[in-house]
Amino acid sequence: MEAVPERSYLNEPKGWKSWVFTLDHKRIGLMYLFSIMASFLLGGIFALLIRLELLHIGGKHIMGAETYNQVFTLHGAIMIFLFIIPSIPAALGNFVLPQMLGAKDVAFPRLNLASFYIYVFGAFFAVYSMMSNAADTGWTFYTPYSTTTNTAVISMTLGVFILGFSSIFTGLNFIVTVHKLRLPGMTWYKMPLFVWGLYATAIIQVLATPVLGITLILLILERLFGIGIFDPAMGGDPILYQHFFWFYSHPAVYIMILPGMAIISELIPVFAHRKIFGYKAIAYSSLAIAFVSFLVWGHHMFVSGQSQYAAMIFSFLTFVVAIPSGIKVFNWLATLYKGSISFATPMLYAFSFLFLFTIGGLTGMFLGALATDVHLHDTYFVVAHFHYVMMGGTVMAFLGGLHYWWPKMWGRMYNEFWGKVSAVLVFLGFNITFFTQFILGAKGMPRRYYNYLDQYQPLHAYSTYGSWILALGFIIMAVYLIHSIFKGKKASGNPWGGLTLEWTNSSPPPPENFIETPVLKYGPYDYDKLPAEKLNS
Amino acid sequence: MEHTHEHSPHLAHHFSEMEQQHESAKLGMWIFLLTEILLFGGLFTAYAIYRAWHPDMFYNAHKFLNIYLGTLNTVVLITSSLTMALAIRATQMGRKNRTIGFLIFTLLLAGIFLVIKYLEYRHKFEVGQLPGKYYTFTGIEGTNPHIFFSIYFMMTGLHGIHVMAGIGVIGWMLRKTIKNTFSPEYYTPLEMTGLYWHLVDIIWIFLFPLLYLVG
Repeated sequence: MEAVPERSYLNEPKGWKSWVFTLDHKRIGLMYLFSIMASFLLGGIFALLIRLELLHIGGKHIMGAETYNQVFTLHGAIMIFLFIIPSIPAALGNFVLPQMLGAKDVAFPRLNLASFYIYVFGAFFAVYSMMSNAADTGWTFYTPYSTTTNTAVISMTLGVFILGFSSIFTGLNFIVTVHKLRLPGMTWYKMPLFVWGLYATAIIQVLATPVLGITLILLILERLFGIGIFDPAMGGDPILYQHFFWFYSHPAVYIMILPGMAIISELIPVFAHRKIFGYKAIAYSSLAIAFVSFLVWGHHMFVSGQSQYAAMIFSFLTFVVAIPSGIKVFNWLATLYKGSISFATPMLYAFSFLFLFTIGGLTGMFLGALATDVHLHDTYFVVAHFHYVMMGGTVMAFLGGLHYWWPKMWGRMYNEFWGKVSAVLVFLGFNITFFTQFILGAKGMPRRYYNYLDQYQPLHAYSTYGSWILALGFIIMAVYLIHSIFKGKKASGNPWGGLTLEWTNSSPPPPENFIETPVLKYGPYDYDKLPAEKLNS
Repeated sequence: MEHTHEHSPHLAHHFSEMEQQHESAKLGMWIFLLTEILLFGGLFTAYAIYRAWHPDMFYNAHKFLNIYLGTLNTVVLITSSLTMALAIRATQMGRKNRTIGFLIFTLLLAGIFLVIKYLEYRHKFEVGQLPGKYYTFTGIEGTNPHIFFSIYFMMTGLHGIHVMAGIGVIGWMLRKTIKNTFSPEYYTPLEMTGLYWHLVDIIWIFLFPLLYLVG
């Protein structure tokens, strides 16, 4: 085991000011990590409250119907805008991306810091809405309800508008960094697939987020001044709001899932000790997803009254966008085939991802088919599908990435035993919580309802029990991760045998990332070219 | 680039040479401009939809915009784009005083644009040609004329905010020029400001015919 470096980005420079005004992408990534984990905790508590309320039939167990509407809105808005969207790119991506490229920092370090503070500023508005009279519109803010409800919609949407800038700045920074700051000799096809995934994500962030921005501004103006754009009584059109909203928010679910796929493309070759299968196919499928994702938004509106021809095209394109996702899954499976697989904690999350994302993706096909969607629209089936993709997909990948890069961040190992226990609990809890919701939805239980019929009671109860197992898994994880920061075993520079450049420096890395300019000896997944003794060490 | 600008005080630590830094800034700026276009894109979409739904109303309502002031403002803004470009050219040639002159001229034109816009707005406030529920004017035939003014005020208003932001940034560049920050070797911020200002100009070039020259 190597000696722990005396100087690292964690202890040099010192003092709270050196953190608050830092331009170091690693520190900014870490500050993002703490912020999004706080958001995740908050959103998670709301989720537990929702499930607790739905444990028994009849309503009014722990909250009233109005509060319930506010709680599920807050759960959605916080999880989406404050947690998932920034989670992988802004926290893990910020930390890892420049190191993977052999760069000293992102292209615009000050913009990077600004994006963090804009995030905090936007979060402040969202919390203000929560404290005053939280929005009860659902995270989609559909008009006309959102323009007439007397809850604090404006502060929530303004918060989301501000968060959009943070997301755009991160995306802009990453695009320029990938184009301009790659190590000499690192061609596009020598970049790790994590970078390709973040690049595709950044394109969506930059192109889609401004449209959400203008949409929310229109919504705020509609509330403040009654401009009438979305108000049918004044010649406006509430469906236009839905078009605008989903023009952003459908690509946005790819902002959430593409970075997750990108992490899986790192984890699988490293823990299977095998060269990634179909590098170019995975790289280009990210770009293909980014492109097609802009053309499928209408599948959220099959029953909203859009033209049936538009609906047919949107349905077709929805099936098309599944193809690149399928390509990725098959390539990952082919990488595993005949690999020498180690079941370390990050790999357990990668397997969770493969399993859950596949279910999430395939059930998305049910919803993308015009006839079945009429039956399943706005039921728990949609809720379950969404959570299988977002939590079963993105969050599992995020946790895998978090465990994978944790030793690099802190120079310490977490407890592997408890890591596995918690991974198994999260997997079980997740499936118990959400698989039941597929059945609930197929049986006709509508989403967002405060109360339900007798026949749904057992399934609702199972779902709530599952949420407790999930919570237990996350509590264990929080304990051993925090413990490891102080008491964990010292980690070497490359505990997993990764070949990407961030593993060539010490753990934790020095402030300037690389003391000497790194040399590209191997491609990111050249396990086939490694001498045998290096593979086993 | 063979380290011709070695140890330039403007070179940030994570870039290896000025060329790389300049190219990065330029790429970043173009991406930012793209987001601006998409921001306005929502409003252009709204315009297209409501004009398709109410073609007669749009035609009738546009007659109440002052085409002379609109034309004048177009000329003012295009000229300011020219003076902005000339300011950058002057910096490339190392002529500081000319740069200062052109920047002040650009600021002046931007100010004139806003004054004219204010006069137009004031007139509309007086006669009640206002967005949505504040619309009280009665002289326009056709369905939902308040929608036209909702769109008019949102588009020109968002554009006006961009003009104001431009004035702030150009003023900042003026300060930097006076303090000798720029040289023929280093003028990246000034050039980026120019790109932004041309975008503001181009958006107006689309707004003008769409709003003032309907029919």
